[in-house]
Amino acid sequence: MVTGTPTPLDAARRARRVAEQVPDPELPMLTLADLGVLRDVEVGEDGTVVAGLTPTYSGCPAMAEMRADVAARLREAGYARVEIRTVLDPPWTSDWITEAGRRKLAEHGIAPPGAAPRGGPVPLVLSPTRPAVPCPRCGSADTEETSRFAATSCKALWRCRACREPFEYVKEI
Amino acid sequence: MSDDHVYLTLAEGHEDDTRWAYGTGFEDPLHGVDTTVPEGVDAGALAADCVALADDALVSAQRLAEWVTRAPELEEEVALANIGLDLLGQARLLYSRAGQVDGTGRDEDAYAYFRDADDFRNVRLAELPGGDFAFAVVRLLVLSSWRLAHFRRLEAHPDPVLAAVAAKGVKELTYHRQYAAEWCVRLGDGTDESHRRMRAALDEVAPYLGELHTAYDVRDEVADDLRQVTEAAGLTLPVYRPLPGSGRAGEHTEHLAPLLTELQGIARAHPEATW
Repeated sequence: MVTGTPTPLDAARRARRVAEQVPDPELPMLTLADLGVLRDVEVGEDGTVVAGLTPTYSGCPAMAEMRADVAARLREAGYARVEIRTVLDPPWTSDWITEAGRRKLAEHGIAPPGAAPRGGPVPLVLSPTRPAVPCPRCGSADTEETSRFAATSCKALWRCRACREPFEYVKEI
Repeated sequence: MSDDHVYLTLAEGHEDDTRWAYGTGFEDPLHGVDTTVPEGVDAGALAADCVALADDALVSAQRLAEWVTRAPELEEEVALANIGLDLLGQARLLYSRAGQVDGTGRDEDAYAYFRDADDFRNVRLAELPGGDFAFAVVRLLVLSSWRLAHFRRLEAHPDPVLAAVAAKGVKELTYHRQYAAEWCVRLGDGTDESHRRMRAALDEVAPYLGELHTAYDVRDEVADDLRQVTEAAGLTLPVYRPLPGSGRAGEHTEHLAPLLTELQGIARAHPEATW
């Protein structure tokens, strides 16, 4: 139990806390902070909140939705002036999905991504084996890819040979 | 609220950022990005590069979207549509950048919907009609390998916006190339019929390869990728004579205009419409 006078959070921390809680429109079990698309939240001297969002994929149709959701939540929280900026650099990587985010994905039957490939040359590899993605339901490594692309840009379709369940998997990028 | 038409009712009377349906209310994809053109960067050349790369992506996305409801399996339809969506996203960013720097202030829609075929600068390979699935994956292999090599160079471009769009695109194009390469191997090394169709697709694509080496010389990277895939697939890349002319100079096949007619029809019929 917390006792004593609560320490007043400064405006930026409070605004950040509001923005962090906004759920992702396509993976609603994650917040935008869990997904790593919320980049920075600052409050200017005139009280304007400036929040930076980075797209997961260039064509992600949820960007407009995220922008609108963050702005609306901040306004609801009492910030009259809100500005949402698109941050393109550095590009989003699935490595920015937080530990909490990975746990929540797995709890919802979506396999979290492994480590993203680092920069440098991108060789074409035709070897048939791909690292196995463990089944988020039963944990078996006996799984196979059924489609490299799925209902959203960021996911692929897999199935588990052990428990026979199909599942989605957030791609490393 | 007007109640005479359900769609009119949906589209009006909302405050702030509320929208009536997911995916509506498109706005500038570079919203809030610093638009300054760095000193020493030729704005005209930058805009032209952005438009050419955007045109490649838009026209490719349109051809990929034509597979929706026609692909051999649902998974492939989803894959081709997703690849098209990535390219459409790249096109939106690049058109928006072009409009910022070329002095016209045009938005993405002005480039996509209100230019004629002669004004497009995409390579002709992108506009060729759909053909069969073998042609789709061969063309995708060539174009994604080329665009990937090109974007890797552009990551070091002095314009930070173009460099950032390229850095993002590299990750996406790596997936596109991988998808296409795996299908090329599967079909080339498959049945007699799939092998025959792959050979026909390579024959169709080969004359257009010469057009791909314009701004940056990435011939070696593309040739390496094609050699690796064709060898694994039991195929050989045919020797070809490059076709004269260049889509980069606005010289197109007869296939681009009908593609644009379909792509632009609604926007031109209702130029004040928003979505």
